[in-house]
Amino acid sequence: METKRTTFPNSPLPYILVAPQLIITLIFFIWPAGQAVKSSFEREDPFGLSTTFVGLLHYSRLFADPDYLAAIGRTAVFALAVTIISMGLALILAACVNRLIRSGTAYSTMLLWPYAVSPVVAGILWWFIFNSSTGILPYVLSYFGVDWNHQLNGNQAMILIIIAASWKQISYNFLFFLAGLQSVPQSLSEAAAIDSAGPWKRFWTIVFPLLSPTTFFLMIVNLNYTMFDTFGIVDATTAGGPNQATNTLVYKVYSDGYIGLNIGSSSAQSVVLMLFVIGLTIIQFRYVERRVQY
Amino acid sequence: MVENRPLLNVITHLILIVGVLIVAFPVYIAVIAATHGPLALSSGAMPMLPGGELINNIVSVVTVERRGVAPFWLMTWNSLLMAVIITVGKIAISIISAYAIVYFRFPGRQLVFWLIFITLMLPVEVRIIPTFKVVADLGMLNSYAGLTIPLIASATATFLFRQFFMTVPDELMEAARVDGAGPIKFFRDILLPLSRTNIAALSVILFIYGWIQYLWPMLVTTDPKYYTLMMGVKRMAASNGDGEPQWNLIMAAVVLAMLPPVLIVIFMQRLFVKGLVETEK
Amino acid sequence: MVRLSLAALALALTSSTAFAQTEVTWWHAMGGELGEKLEEIVATYNDSQTEYHVTPVYKGSYTETMTAAIAAFRAGEQPDIVQVFEVGTGTMMAAKGAVYPVYKLMADMGEAFDPSGFLPAVVGYYTDTDGNMLSMPFNSSTPILYYNKDVFAKAGLDPEVAPKTWEELEAFSKKIMETGAAPCGFTSGWISWAQLENFSAWHNLQIGTKENGFGGLDTELTFNGPLQAKHWGNLKTWQDSGLFQYGGPGGGADAPAKFYTQECAIYMNSSASRAGVIQNSADFEVGYGMLPYYEGTEGAPQNSIIGGATLWVLQGHDEAEYKGVADFFTYLSSAEVQADWHQFSGYLPITKAAYELGQSQGYYEANPGSDVAIKQITLNAPTANSKGLRFGNYTQIRDVIDQEFQALLAGDKTAQEALDTVVTRGNEMLREFEATNK
Repeated sequence: METKRTTFPNSPLPYILVAPQLIITLIFFIWPAGQAVKSSFEREDPFGLSTTFVGLLHYSRLFADPDYLAAIGRTAVFALAVTIISMGLALILAACVNRLIRSGTAYSTMLLWPYAVSPVVAGILWWFIFNSSTGILPYVLSYFGVDWNHQLNGNQAMILIIIAASWKQISYNFLFFLAGLQSVPQSLSEAAAIDSAGPWKRFWTIVFPLLSPTTFFLMIVNLNYTMFDTFGIVDATTAGGPNQATNTLVYKVYSDGYIGLNIGSSSAQSVVLMLFVIGLTIIQFRYVERRVQY
Repeated sequence: MVENRPLLNVITHLILIVGVLIVAFPVYIAVIAATHGPLALSSGAMPMLPGGELINNIVSVVTVERRGVAPFWLMTWNSLLMAVIITVGKIAISIISAYAIVYFRFPGRQLVFWLIFITLMLPVEVRIIPTFKVVADLGMLNSYAGLTIPLIASATATFLFRQFFMTVPDELMEAARVDGAGPIKFFRDILLPLSRTNIAALSVILFIYGWIQYLWPMLVTTDPKYYTLMMGVKRMAASNGDGEPQWNLIMAAVVLAMLPPVLIVIFMQRLFVKGLVETEK
Repeated sequence: MVRLSLAALALALTSSTAFAQTEVTWWHAMGGELGEKLEEIVATYNDSQTEYHVTPVYKGSYTETMTAAIAAFRAGEQPDIVQVFEVGTGTMMAAKGAVYPVYKLMADMGEAFDPSGFLPAVVGYYTDTDGNMLSMPFNSSTPILYYNKDVFAKAGLDPEVAPKTWEELEAFSKKIMETGAAPCGFTSGWISWAQLENFSAWHNLQIGTKENGFGGLDTELTFNGPLQAKHWGNLKTWQDSGLFQYGGPGGGADAPAKFYTQECAIYMNSSASRAGVIQNSADFEVGYGMLPYYEGTEGAPQNSIIGGATLWVLQGHDEAEYKGVADFFTYLSSAEVQADWHQFSGYLPITKAAYELGQSQGYYEANPGSDVAIKQITLNAPTANSKGLRFGNYTQIRDVIDQEFQALLAGDKTAQEALDTVVTRGNEMLREFEATNK
């Protein structure tokens, strides 16, 4: 890892400077993560009065539990759908704004602000709009013969959280796509225009390949977002129901551990998720490194 | 623009207008709902134009005390305090640790870097139960410390400052040393003023981050005195079984709760964009 | 260190604000009208003496209240008293180091206490195998049937006659829908409690082995019998034809509104919904009836079982506070307070004295329907199938019941398959509980 050519002479000072960050990390990140690993091997009663070591029991149960396997598949569907929808729409919008010179900023402003809406508030908004008895969309949908009731229909519940989560994420993707597009040299596009390539063809053959670092980066970020940051959305719209149709992996950690008080199993699920994030982060980091060397 | 194509321009604007409408739709509905009385919202055929009850609804949200939640002003204050403490705390500890990592070559530096990096991998959602327990053991439940300190460690902010410090010319530091300035003086008089824009951009992002927290405050507070707006709004929305939820009031509260960060994004767009792009790079 | 100083600070703060009164906290789950009444009862107590001050704190739903209390216990910040719903009883009873049994508390604090004054149908639920009362009954209810007399009249039905059997209920509902008197026949709160547990007890069917779990932790669920399956199958058929409308999981958040807005003519829910029903039915007249049963079922109707909640005392406080708790409990179970609470809310009177007081006041004659719940739980001497249930992890099993009921309504499973899955998944949770608490 690089530093400055010249540095300050050694003293206790650097240790003092990193201490606050390190202490917080150790107390609130490393230690609890270790605790999660420990309790994933234990069985504990809800009040924390007794614990017994049970080895890999929670893990073997977890991966034999059709509910958990279903939750993995469900989370994958959710994550992919949100990633594709929100990135797709964001790319279209960013490409449009990029074509404009004068009105581009105004559109950007109007597309950026949902980033600041809290997931739980986004959930409440969409819950109101899709409420089966008082919501406006079910009312409109009923004219098209669609009977909307996400409290009973698992697929509709999934659609609801996908819409809410995608809506919230469009701004973020839009911003990064726009930044990516603006760094594409105009000369390239102009050269292609002279070769009389149409705008559609130009976009796919020249611009989009140049965006691939951005696209890849956004894919990782979006997967991370749908896996973890959507807790508030799920909690405010469906609370994992109906019949677990929207019980994602993160929501399950919470509902099994905090509501269901099954601490061992919830911890085992935490550990599985940690391994997943570590994998994702390593991929991201290697990619960042490669790009830096470029 | 490469060339002028009128049809394409029309399509571009059309797409953008549709996009803006889709993005604005849920909030438009919320704002409209917040301007009506309760009766207008009892079926799906809700009005599409604003009504005249906005002031009444807001007054009711802000002044009427509700069972199970703190007064609205207190929750707003808590959210604000939480967002500000997290913003200031994160920036403070990140900038000094980045300074140590970049400007000193001390034993264990590599380890420190990795320990900070690890925090990226452990979002609060995956370590809910044990982190809760740690906070409980430290007696930090129902306190501002418990609400904020566990969220203050930040790898992204540290990396941002590290990247920035690497671009600061070495000559500055050498000149400072020639002048006899020690590390603290150099940091305070030279590096800190240079980092102003970065700090401002980061503040915008972190303030939003702190304001929209939901899961963590929900776990560590059982005393309504420490409830934040996000929790309060959610609790208002979860009707307790008797009667219809009062949508007009819930939506008024929703609009109020999302206003501060949204306004920040709109009015500080340049800093917001810079902050977001730089922290994630 | 941090903890110590914070605790000291908290102590300093509370003692300075409470003027040396002993502070007793009570976490409860009573929202709406019930919550207001509860606070009124507490305020009367606080005004009646100067030694103790009880602070009621509303913690949200029953589930939220219980999980918050357990989390707080783990953190050493537990309240003195927590209101726990009946399905949490198994979990609380097993947590021997965490709860202070009420019989012991009253004895230790030298408070006069006579368990035999309580209604057996209520207390039986909360006593251990030696007959000791572990928690203080406060609000016990049982599901009953409410109906809209105006809609009945409009449909050409006798508004004074509630449906007695499911066959009648189906016929009435059809008539109501055909005549256009209302778009829906009936709805129900608490599917798990009303349409499975009480349904079983009411038809004298076993809910689980070992006397519905009273006999030991090695109990197994058995409520997937043919009659329960038939009933769930009917609910699915009725839901499809619009005769029945599902009100949602748990307590059924959407069910009350369906009845209040006169969408559904008949409504099954806790007898304690009475306060809300009366307040929200200004536009129509309400009739009351017992739960329906299937014609020709042997032993039906038997008796219904209770739900609601009791007050558990948590360990970890000092004796002064426990003295306050004991004193407050004596006040709470006095005939006057109980009769007032029962008559206001529709909860059962938990002591014989409170019931007798109501009778001597002429309350039941003046308020038709107010004694349906009492008559229903005391209809027959309880059998092993109908004295209640006691299972560990039952909050989670209730969730499973809701989930599988939703799977049934969505058409993913038949009634028998749904109930079989509840039993399989539920039994796994019971085994887990047994292993954790042996």
